[in-house]
Amino acid sequence: MTGTLSYLAFFATEVLVNFIAVLGLNVQWGFAGLFNVGVAGFVGIGAYVSALLTVPPWHGAPGPGHIGGLGLPVLVGWAGAALASAASAAVVGVATLRLRADYLAIGTFGIAVALHELAANAQGLTGGPFGIAFIPHLLATVPPGGLARGFLDLAITALAAGAAWFAIDRITAGPFGRALRALAQDEAAAASLGCDPRRLRIQAMALGAAAMGLAGAVQASLIGYIAPDNFVPILTFQIWAMLVVGGVGSHRGALLGVLAVWGLWSAAGGLFAAILPPSMATGGASLRIVAIGVAIAASLLWRPRGLSPPGRIVSRFLR
Amino acid sequence: MNPQFLADGILTGALLGLGGVGLTLAYSILRFANFVHGDFLTVGAYAALVVAGALSQFLGGSGIGPFSFGWPLIVALPVAMAITGALALLLDWLLFRRLRRRGEEIVLVMASFGASLAVRSLIEFAFTPEPKYYSRDLQIAMPLGFGVRATPDQLAVVVLAALAGIALHLLLTRTAMGRAMRAVAENPELARVAGIDPARVVRATWWLGGGLAALAGVFLGLTVQIRPYMGFDLLLPLFAGVILGGVGSVPGALAGGMIVGVAEALAVPFIGAAWRGGVAFLLLLAVLLVRPQGLFGMER
Repeated sequence: MTGTLSYLAFFATEVLVNFIAVLGLNVQWGFAGLFNVGVAGFVGIGAYVSALLTVPPWHGAPGPGHIGGLGLPVLVGWAGAALASAASAAVVGVATLRLRADYLAIGTFGIAVALHELAANAQGLTGGPFGIAFIPHLLATVPPGGLARGFLDLAITALAAGAAWFAIDRITAGPFGRALRALAQDEAAAASLGCDPRRLRIQAMALGAAAMGLAGAVQASLIGYIAPDNFVPILTFQIWAMLVVGGVGSHRGALLGVLAVWGLWSAAGGLFAAILPPSMATGGASLRIVAIGVAIAASLLWRPRGLSPPGRIVSRFLR
Repeated sequence: MNPQFLADGILTGALLGLGGVGLTLAYSILRFANFVHGDFLTVGAYAALVVAGALSQFLGGSGIGPFSFGWPLIVALPVAMAITGALALLLDWLLFRRLRRRGEEIVLVMASFGASLAVRSLIEFAFTPEPKYYSRDLQIAMPLGFGVRATPDQLAVVVLAALAGIALHLLLTRTAMGRAMRAVAENPELARVAGIDPARVVRATWWLGGGLAALAGVFLGLTVQIRPYMGFDLLLPLFAGVILGGVGSVPGALAGGMIVGVAEALAVPFIGAAWRGGVAFLLLLAVLLVRPQGLFGMER
């Protein structure tokens, strides 16, 4: 019973962490139509920046000459994570958003690859392949491992996800969101009404990346340890699958998509572990990734607007 | 400055150029950034591995002359190119063709992203993540002067890549299909008016792009090793080369790939071999900021 409960708490925590990142992608793709192939990179920036800001100075030093370990409060680390992610997304946006849409895809793909390389090789800064450990928990009053900690983690994540949802929902429901929707429907008309397309898109890139960075920081402080291989293209695929399955442009649909995809992902892992012999465990992991790839492609073909597409928003006075 | 790094860069650059041609053709004719392209290299390398393995029972397994490869791999090469081209066509038929009809190019990019994941993981499932080799024979690097050494295989790869580049140039400038492809890249509506069947051009583009990717993949497998991520890991330098050369320009793709390969290799003595992707990314950012149409490209 305790086992089931603590697994449920863990599952819900993971769902909510992913939901924060999916919210960010929803701003970029769902509202602004920006194709970001480097989600894992922006989540990774958040995780690493928050770790470097919050790890106590005497811990986590894998070798001499280790930089970082400022020992700042965890919430400062989270804010720094969101800011750093937003800034790096803005740089990519400035470089690519004057050009055709797929240049942004190539640029974000590039930053994710380069950042993974940085995380894996800059030993002095990121601990290299060993990663960074001893990342402080927001409320380290309950020892890890027990049911109480599981629910504490869930509560913290729910608060963070709720705050992110509220903030992003307010922003996208307001003038900024309206401008983005106008831009998506008719760029020339929107521009003639005073919307600067390039500036709006760079802002949407930065806002979305801030949410991704926050997701990385929250995850890092819950687990207490990060390594380069947590932030590889498969993470980007998962976040995309969640958004696409759930419904592009709808925050509630995004939550449904996270539940569906993360549930399938976990269930497929359990299923392959149960039916395949242990010698084929790596094969099972590959098949699981194939399933995600096929799911993305299939939902693009048959359900391009997702399980729960947003309603048409024009005016409440227009019937 | 050790010229050995330059020689290594030329080898990488030749492979990036060959791989980049298919990417730039897909970009200019099919009009989307194809993220499966890196995995076409991988498919070609593994297809040649399987075919050459099966043929070595009949044709003998030893290498010809100074080379590590023999008749099995030489026969397997065109077969692998055909298999990869066929896979590209199959993906187009299953996925890209339907999405193209809907007319949202960015959805195509996303679908190619999903397809790339599926193809790569299927290869990993079928062949395990362990690296494979066409031959276990050790090759002795020959001195070429100026302190540069290269293995016979590496020399063969550079020469064959140059020949493939010339053949491609002739194909695109001297044949009816080549002219049709360039016409569709330039202006699809006008090409239709002139009686060019776009479906045929699309098929030719996939055959050509897939085949050249397989060629680059086999060469990469021959000079380095065969891994499920070999092509995907090259995708960023491939994109960098294509954009540097100018999207849509075949000579640009060859030259851009060469510049990226040499730049990566020249960076090695200063910052180490682990930072090659970062070099490609910085080059990419610099080109996008300074000259987004690339060296040989036109303003779009």
